[in-house]
Amino acid sequence: MNVIQSPSQLVHPGKPAAATLGLVDVDIHPRAHGMADYKPWLSERWWSYAQEYGARARHGFTGGQPPFPKAQPLACRRDAWPPGGGTPASDLNFLRGHHLDAHGIDIGVLNPLQPSGQGDRNNGFSAAMAHAVNEWQLETWLRPEPRLRGSVVVPYEDAAASAAEIRKRAGDPNFCQVLMMSRTAEPAGNPRYWPIYEAAAEAGLPVAFHAFGYSGWAMTNTGWPSFYIEEVSEHATSCQNQVTSLVVEGVFERLPALKVVLIECGFAWLPSVAWRLDRHWRHLKAEVPHLRRAPSEVIREHIWVSTQPMEEPEVGRHLKDVMGWIGWDRILFATDYPHWDFDDPRAALPATLPEETRRDIYGGNARRVYGL
Amino acid sequence: MPEAIRAIDCDVHPMVLSMSALAPYLDEFWRDQVVERGITQLDGQSWPVNAPKTIRADWRNAAGRGADTVEALRAQALEPFGADLAILNPLYGVQMVLNADMAVAFTRALNDWTRAEWLDRDPRLRASIVLPLQDIGAAVDEIERLAPDRRFVQALVLAMGDAPLGKRQFWPVYEACVRHGLPLGVHAGSAYRHPQTSVGWTSWYLEEYVANQQAFQSQLASLITEGALGKFPEMKVVLLESGVTWLPAFLWRLGKTWKGVRFEVPWVDRPPAELVRDQVRLTVQPFDAPEDDPGAVERILDHLRSEDMLLWASDWPHWQFDGDAAVPPGFPASLLSKLLRDNALATYSRLRGEEGSP
Repeated sequence: MNVIQSPSQLVHPGKPAAATLGLVDVDIHPRAHGMADYKPWLSERWWSYAQEYGARARHGFTGGQPPFPKAQPLACRRDAWPPGGGTPASDLNFLRGHHLDAHGIDIGVLNPLQPSGQGDRNNGFSAAMAHAVNEWQLETWLRPEPRLRGSVVVPYEDAAASAAEIRKRAGDPNFCQVLMMSRTAEPAGNPRYWPIYEAAAEAGLPVAFHAFGYSGWAMTNTGWPSFYIEEVSEHATSCQNQVTSLVVEGVFERLPALKVVLIECGFAWLPSVAWRLDRHWRHLKAEVPHLRRAPSEVIREHIWVSTQPMEEPEVGRHLKDVMGWIGWDRILFATDYPHWDFDDPRAALPATLPEETRRDIYGGNARRVYGL
Repeated sequence: MPEAIRAIDCDVHPMVLSMSALAPYLDEFWRDQVVERGITQLDGQSWPVNAPKTIRADWRNAAGRGADTVEALRAQALEPFGADLAILNPLYGVQMVLNADMAVAFTRALNDWTRAEWLDRDPRLRASIVLPLQDIGAAVDEIERLAPDRRFVQALVLAMGDAPLGKRQFWPVYEACVRHGLPLGVHAGSAYRHPQTSVGWTSWYLEEYVANQQAFQSQLASLITEGALGKFPEMKVVLLESGVTWLPAFLWRLGKTWKGVRFEVPWVDRPPAELVRDQVRLTVQPFDAPEDDPGAVERILDHLRSEDMLLWASDWPHWQFDGDAAVPPGFPASLLSKLLRDNALATYSRLRGEEGSP
């Protein structure tokens, strides 16, 4: 799955012909060279804290070392390392040539990952980092490059600080969504997170859950797995838990304007989760009287999914069944640049999908959900 | 239920009313501990006794309990659904016990209770050997102790335990299963060593019940990637009360990731979907499909790409369906013989051709 492009491909922009409403990539990962990139927007106190203790995720390793080592360094495409040095997607000019121009991306949504301070054990540090990462997005990426949109990074374990950060960015057209990681310390529908969703709905911003993060709990509900391949599989289960929690806690009943976008979570599992919720809700309604509608209806109305990584059935048409069950208007295109499992827009969608469906997935659906 | 097919009910749950029911099967020391320490019951939050899911309303007795006698099983499940064999999967909370010695004592008592109070009272009954995974050696001993009684047809663990089931520490259990022709049954429910989700404790029982679906995915991922299925190709794994319809999407994702990073688990030398079709079976109550869309059921069955994987179960006394609608709607008539009987015979070697078998 590792992608290495030949130079000839880079010369010819590779926008798929079906992308007549534009090509919107909802998952690009800009990366800081290191903490120093954020220094201009960190107070002296937090800069010094960052030097002495650094980010402390809810697992034991330091220095950004993940508990499950990636399949390759930084999980990045080998050809995404800028020739001038630095890490993949740390250099705007290289990203322009290697990705935006090469693939004809009209709008790219940035989802900054670590070091972003999200999910840090220290709420104060997490809030300081979120502010700095958002300022860094504006200064380094969004103002210089009109094709890019940012995500409001929030210190989601501190809902009040998150809501404040969202309100600070409300109305700034550079930002198109609020970003959380899929592994939160408690299920995402828990009332402790509601101020985040209230502020996002108020600002008219969808809330994106990007696969990743560390909840502090075992990565499965039956304990810690052993392998990276399992961790990748468990991104799907954690997102299933989050959808279930958001629905069952009644978040969407409370905030009818809230939109949730699942990024890099896969999507083929969503119909089964909805069916399961419907089926057992019918028997357990009395426990959750705040749920007035069938969970599948709520999911259909409030949840969007993104393509990469698309599940890969043995029989291609099975994927179409699932996409139809989710709703063709709910699927957004994503590349996951610069990661190793990047999807090339020209090859990602099954050619058997009708042209107007591909058009909507490539661009139309994202334009509508983000109001681009 | 088609009358011509003698169905095999692969998942029914006898319920233990209280610890005093197990007292006759405990030795003197543990019988004394139970009394002296006030251990009155082991009911778990996976199955709150009074919750509507745990016992179907019309299957409760005047005391509000149910599933506590062979007579009730006969009248409510065996006879109305025409089953000539049923597999008992006791769900009493022995897996939650933290003291391994206590867990082993209580689990042995539970298995002896099942044998004396149920198996001995109706020749149509078979049972699972509940395993005390708190002590792997003791779990193997329990298989060795009970396997000579061929009415025990499976070893039983919960979907949410201490560690994922593929881990090598569990392999002696699988060796014992293979030695005795016992499938490994994995049933919904938790030993509460971890929250019900990888993102923490859920607020509502509905969420908790749904989260079993994630546990089954994690367990299968572990059994596949650790190499347990590959190491024990004769072993069948039966997923009980899993909901079923999550399986295709799970395999599509795992299969794709395996293509990308299989260097990490080089012993997995076949696509996960193939391993699963060969070795994994699932009971169909519940079957989490849209109830008003038979076309969807047909497509889900197509996505499974096998007619051999699904086993019928009533899941008595859990409330999964009303009246006698024990076969999920939408299953084609051509599949019923396999679903209701043939697949179970192919899965459980002890149901085939030996003494006391059909």
